[in-house]
Amino acid sequence: MKSLRTLLCCTALVAGGSANATDLEVTHWWTSGGEAAAVSEFAKAFDASGDKWIDGAIAGGGGTARPVMVSRIIGGDPMGAFQFNHGRQAEELIEAGLLKDMTAVAEAEGWKDIVNPPSLLDACTLDGKIYCAPVNIHSWQWLWLSNAAFEKAGVAVPTNWDEFVAAGPALREAGIQPLALGGQPWQSSGMFNVLMATVAGPEVLQTIYGEADAELAAGDEMKAVFSAAADARELAKGSNVQDWNQATNLVITDQAGGQIMGDWAQGEFAVAGEVAGEDYTCLPGLGVREIISTGGDAFYFPVNDDPEISAAQDRLAATLLSRETQVNFNLKKGSLPIRGDIDLAAANDCMKKGLEILAAGNTMPDVNLLNTEDTNNQLNDLFVQFFQDESITPEAAQERFVEIVRNKD
Amino acid sequence: MSDPGILAVTKAGTDPVRAQLDGPSGTRPRRLISRRNIFLYGTLILVSLYYLLPLYVMIVTSLKGMPEIRMGNIFAPPVEITFEPWVKAWSEACTGLNCDGLSRGFWNSVRITVPSVILSIAIASVNGYALANWRFKGADIFFTILIFGAFIPYQVMLYPIVILLREMGLYGTLWGLVLVHSVFGMPILTLLFRNYFTSLPEELFKAARVDGAGFWGIYFQIMLPMSLPIFVVAMILQVTGIWNDFLFGVVYTKPEYYPMTVQLNNIVNSVQGVKEYNVNMAATILTGLVPLVIYFVSGRLFVRGIAAGAVKG
Amino acid sequence: MASEAKRPIGLFRNLAAKIAAIPMILTALVVFLGGTLWTVTYSFTNSKLLPRADFVGFDQYERLWATERWQVSIENLMIYGLCSLVFSFIIGFVLAALMDQKIRFENTFRTIILYPFALSFIVTGLVWQWLLNPDLGIQNVIRSLGFTNFDFNPLYNPDIVIYGVLIAGLWQGTGLVMVLMLAGLRGIDGDIWKAARVDGIPMWKTYLFIVIPMMRPVFITTLVIIASGIVRLYDLIVAQTSGGPGISSEVPAKYVYDYMFQGQNLGQGFAASTMMLLAVAIVIIPWAMLEFGGKKRV
Repeated sequence: MKSLRTLLCCTALVAGGSANATDLEVTHWWTSGGEAAAVSEFAKAFDASGDKWIDGAIAGGGGTARPVMVSRIIGGDPMGAFQFNHGRQAEELIEAGLLKDMTAVAEAEGWKDIVNPPSLLDACTLDGKIYCAPVNIHSWQWLWLSNAAFEKAGVAVPTNWDEFVAAGPALREAGIQPLALGGQPWQSSGMFNVLMATVAGPEVLQTIYGEADAELAAGDEMKAVFSAAADARELAKGSNVQDWNQATNLVITDQAGGQIMGDWAQGEFAVAGEVAGEDYTCLPGLGVREIISTGGDAFYFPVNDDPEISAAQDRLAATLLSRETQVNFNLKKGSLPIRGDIDLAAANDCMKKGLEILAAGNTMPDVNLLNTEDTNNQLNDLFVQFFQDESITPEAAQERFVEIVRNKD
Repeated sequence: MSDPGILAVTKAGTDPVRAQLDGPSGTRPRRLISRRNIFLYGTLILVSLYYLLPLYVMIVTSLKGMPEIRMGNIFAPPVEITFEPWVKAWSEACTGLNCDGLSRGFWNSVRITVPSVILSIAIASVNGYALANWRFKGADIFFTILIFGAFIPYQVMLYPIVILLREMGLYGTLWGLVLVHSVFGMPILTLLFRNYFTSLPEELFKAARVDGAGFWGIYFQIMLPMSLPIFVVAMILQVTGIWNDFLFGVVYTKPEYYPMTVQLNNIVNSVQGVKEYNVNMAATILTGLVPLVIYFVSGRLFVRGIAAGAVKG
Repeated sequence: MASEAKRPIGLFRNLAAKIAAIPMILTALVVFLGGTLWTVTYSFTNSKLLPRADFVGFDQYERLWATERWQVSIENLMIYGLCSLVFSFIIGFVLAALMDQKIRFENTFRTIILYPFALSFIVTGLVWQWLLNPDLGIQNVIRSLGFTNFDFNPLYNPDIVIYGVLIAGLWQGTGLVMVLMLAGLRGIDGDIWKAARVDGIPMWKTYLFIVIPMMRPVFITTLVIIASGIVRLYDLIVAQTSGGPGISSEVPAKYVYDYMFQGQNLGQGFAASTMMLLAVAIVIIPWAMLEFGGKKRV
């Protein structure tokens, strides 16, 4: 059966060309200008072989798109492919037999050899079978700094987190908000996880989230993280904004010293005409440890009885990871490619820093790979409260943190 | 202050009411500038300012370029007026691949809204009528359940309804969506109609019964003509609700039927991409225009309907 | 009671009415009752992304009530609900009464006040977020006029943030209340006004003691519409504050959705919504018994 499928898929791949003309509906949540341009690279590549990409974009991220995807699948009228953050999110759909096993394509295309870091493919794998096609890498561990803000405050642009904290009072005195932080919960927990990965180290994060190690969560290493978080809270006090990009805008307009945010913040700087190194500085791993997490997006393929659709799903998966598509897509998306064997000459300074770290192998799994969304949601609740409410001591927050870790699944 | 055109229309519309209400107002002479009028219009204008202020911010923002918005003064009128955001919102903003803005989903929204509004109002008005005038045993129980239904957060019902529609063979079709809208509109609308019909003079109903008119006869010949205003309220509720619906539209259909709000959501609600506030505002106002037109047009119906009812009552 | 005047017993009595009510009966039983039972049943499971019949007893409820965010949510809903109800009724009724004074440009005024009802919550929330932002909005403008001590910063003060949401909520919703009230006012017999004037009853007294009692059915409709909107309050919070600062403007419906779709913990979401529905049932069932038990029309 498996060999037959492999055979079928490869015939389809070989056949290529205009012989295939299948409409394949793809659901995703990439809708802003840059994102849409990136998606169109996928569609162009897919359509080139005669197939047709039917676009089903739903903005709002997982919270909005997820019920749509799940409804379509349990309603018995699934789309051809859909975007998910890879990680533990899709486990249940796989267990329920609703997602297609893509192992045959992966083997035919040699994904095992080309996907870098290999953890990305592991995230798609359950019981030895591959269920998804990773398409990009987004990392969280970046500190974005406004050069002009530090100049105005009369201090040098920090090169790491400690210098940044030390510069806080000077910034305040100059009427500058030291650290910008938006009010949405995911920003707070994201920032905490970055502090955890850089202050305590990626191994600690991996052990606590990956193995639910409550003892480590209660230990001194985490105590240091919580004290760093308290510093961050002090610095972030007074940033009255909600959206992450409003916070980024404070940095762009030099009203704030810095922001901890994922690499997508780069897009905002680019649109505002800012130049990396001149107008702003990016510190991967907060300048403490040069490390980036390899979260990102992946596509899953619901089981479909129609052999034509099924074959088209295979073709799409192969297309998404092809060298050319990866270059074109990621340049527009501002994310890093999942293949180690391509050259992004056109990348800007910050992206290049990221690529170097990636090439050096200084990566860690994304929190999504270790936590269920349920746990992430509880962390959101805890940290949004911690960062906004000064009455919660770091010790009390750590206690609640330990509870969440202990009960996580 | 006084635009003769508008005045004339309004006056024509309210005339029968005026005729009744003016009556012997006696001691109070009607001058344009009286203390009463200053208070009345003063209050209304103040209130209108509160309602218009956010709208002003939206319009001003929609006419600015992004660099100007980044400067951060939300009240400042645009230095350089640009209609680019409006054009972009209507016909250029990308939803994934399809860069044709809101215009893409406009007709789908119409195709969804028209049958949904008609069907839901038709069902609910007959329900309300049956509950008000033809009460049968057990009707109150169903009605209570229905009212209870008005309080259920509908996201909770998403998955059961997916399964229901799948079993009925309607999942993914336009009619499935129309049905869902009718079902979720039913509690409030039934309540609206029931309470309105119970407040109509009962003698009319009794007289028609004596004349031998049946269930449908009374509904069409007596109840309908007397109930224009409540139909207008129902229409305002439903047009707004269904036109602005996003969740049902995406969960129960597929991309070929996606309503305009999917594009609106895609324009205003991107999570990690760059946010263009000016286009967001333009898109929101554009989407709101259809209900606005309905409000304005039906407002006149509103007045006349009442007048008709008042005359008969 | 017309329908009770002559009352032949049997299934076929009122047949047309019963047939006409079939859609309503099906909706009530299959969708609302069925859906509620389904929700309650699955609230006792540990369903995550997909509904699964894996029963865990009261675990979800224990976790729910141990969660600080849920308690904050309920408290906020109480405050918001009470204020929203009172202000919606007062503002809505007063505006409707003003509209009913045979004013000029009634249609224009009415449309202005109703228009916010047509706008998407996402952007409504965003605009109010700007207006109430201390550095961008009203506070900034008034300070720049010279009143440097002016303090108006509801969205970033955990103690009053819910009132900041209320301002936007009223902006969005009072137009509809006004229209409902206006429909009610217009349904009142013109002779009553005449009679009151002839008797020399002041206008406010006529409203308070004659007109308002006559509008009971409209008030009940309005009450249900406002109350159901309060219970389901979600989008506005998401758009305006995302529940912040911290968790100080969280509401129950947001808890339900966040756990159902964001947190992929359907069981937890169902448990929370079951508690919400239970609260609603506690209010509605006695009301229905009172309303229908007496066998009289409203």
